[in-house]
Amino acid sequence: MLTSKKQDTSQPLLTLTNVNLTIGERSLLESVDLELHRGEIVTVVGPNGAGKTTLLRVALGLQKPTSGSVSVASNVTIGYVPQKLHIDPTFPITVRRFLALAKAHNKHSFESLLNDVGAEHVIDSPLQNLSGGELQRVLMARALMRDPDILVLDEPVQGVDVHGQVELYDLISRVRTERGCAILMVSHDLHLVMASTDRVFCLNKHICCSGTPEVVVNDPAYTALFGPYAARHLAIYVHDKEHQHDHDHHECCGDEEHNHNG
Amino acid sequence: MDDFLLRALLGGLGVALVAGPFGSFVVWRRLAYFGDTLAHSALLGVALGFLLHINLTLGIFLICQMLAILLFVSQYQRQLASDTLLGIFSHGALSLGLVALAFMDNVRIDLVSYLFGDILAIGYSDLFWIYGAGGVALLGLIWIWKPLLSITIHEDLARVEGIPVDRINWLFLGLIALIVAIMMKVVGMLLVTALLIIPAATARRFANTPESMALIAMLIGAVSVGLGLLGSFQYDTPSGPTIVVAGCILFIGSILLPKRH
Repeated sequence: MLTSKKQDTSQPLLTLTNVNLTIGERSLLESVDLELHRGEIVTVVGPNGAGKTTLLRVALGLQKPTSGSVSVASNVTIGYVPQKLHIDPTFPITVRRFLALAKAHNKHSFESLLNDVGAEHVIDSPLQNLSGGELQRVLMARALMRDPDILVLDEPVQGVDVHGQVELYDLISRVRTERGCAILMVSHDLHLVMASTDRVFCLNKHICCSGTPEVVVNDPAYTALFGPYAARHLAIYVHDKEHQHDHDHHECCGDEEHNHNG
Repeated sequence: MDDFLLRALLGGLGVALVAGPFGSFVVWRRLAYFGDTLAHSALLGVALGFLLHINLTLGIFLICQMLAILLFVSQYQRQLASDTLLGIFSHGALSLGLVALAFMDNVRIDLVSYLFGDILAIGYSDLFWIYGAGGVALLGLIWIWKPLLSITIHEDLARVEGIPVDRINWLFLGLIALIVAIMMKVVGMLLVTALLIIPAATARRFANTPESMALIAMLIGAVSVGLGLLGSFQYDTPSGPTIVVAGCILFIGSILLPKRH
């Protein structure tokens, strides 16, 4: 298509090498290494405040790291799917106009594009009226207009019900298969995301552990990070262990929990 | 029609036409307080104008630009919330302007006309400023229109898509500072923001695209100026506040109108 480099799957599309970020006195990221290859889905999980979104911002070039390097292979286009938009209600903008604002290299009509992501029914809706799931689909359509090599998603299923979450992860997997682009996403959801990802990075300022979902789930660092409740919560999907604590895993994955266990 | 009335009408209409599109962005991006802060620095600009013996509108423009730059740079600090910072700049600049003018023994200004505008005193040089600077500001806004819409939707998304966000924001704030300087004459420093946001807020009900909202805001601003001038002439009320009252009446009317669909 474009260059031979673009077709080379052994060369990472995006490389973070020993990235550190300190703002004021606070250390947000500590010696983070990450590689993203063509066609793979990489998910960064971690408790709130672990620096997940910060890591994405560094990867996107929106935030300069204090030290370390971020390199993107040549001719690589990045599509970004933010978690939300904060648009004032007085701003009259429909989905169609929103898509038209993108610098499109893509000849597909907006209708077929929205059809691809399952959001064709909202084409003339004001952007502010969309549900969380619809907005994610529209944002994905906008990102796909740029024919990205890398799609970066920030908590794509936040605020979406479980059924919608499964559908969104399916859509993300399909985008990877059909377009062959690499996907880098962030999630604090643990179980659903594991099913649809190739590699997982557990982040708590530094990378605690990484690998395929099976490897990561059995890593002691993973249990230490998310606490035994969350780990067991996840474990029912894997080992079918006895599960009696009616705990929301989100509550168990704070730093405090980590300290109690550590 | 008397000559001064014609000049007042022409000046008022010129300002309303510029205020429509800029006011729309001020509403969309929630910059009302920012506009206020720039306007409040105008007295400092007047003092500068007297000090340097330059055109007072030019003095106001220079001070507004300096303040816009200062505000832009200080948004990167994280110690103070932005509205606290704007409040400090806003009232600090207003007070500093009054104090600076008090130090100038040979300068006597009509404070009320700076605070609330003096549209009937618009001269030909003011018209030149309004249409010259206003035209430049509108052309500038049209030039950055599309990227500015993208930035309004999501700044980081715009950045990732390769839009030079900082440069566009700089330019936009600079243009706002320019139009604040020319709007001073018509509605005064305390009411500049009103003429920016009230017509835009009124236009929202009738608009379904950003462009139509900007155009309708221009129209509503022009009608407010016309009605305000008429009212001010009829009832012998101060012109700037009467224009704003006319705008408010139109706004309330737009809320009361039943929705079309």
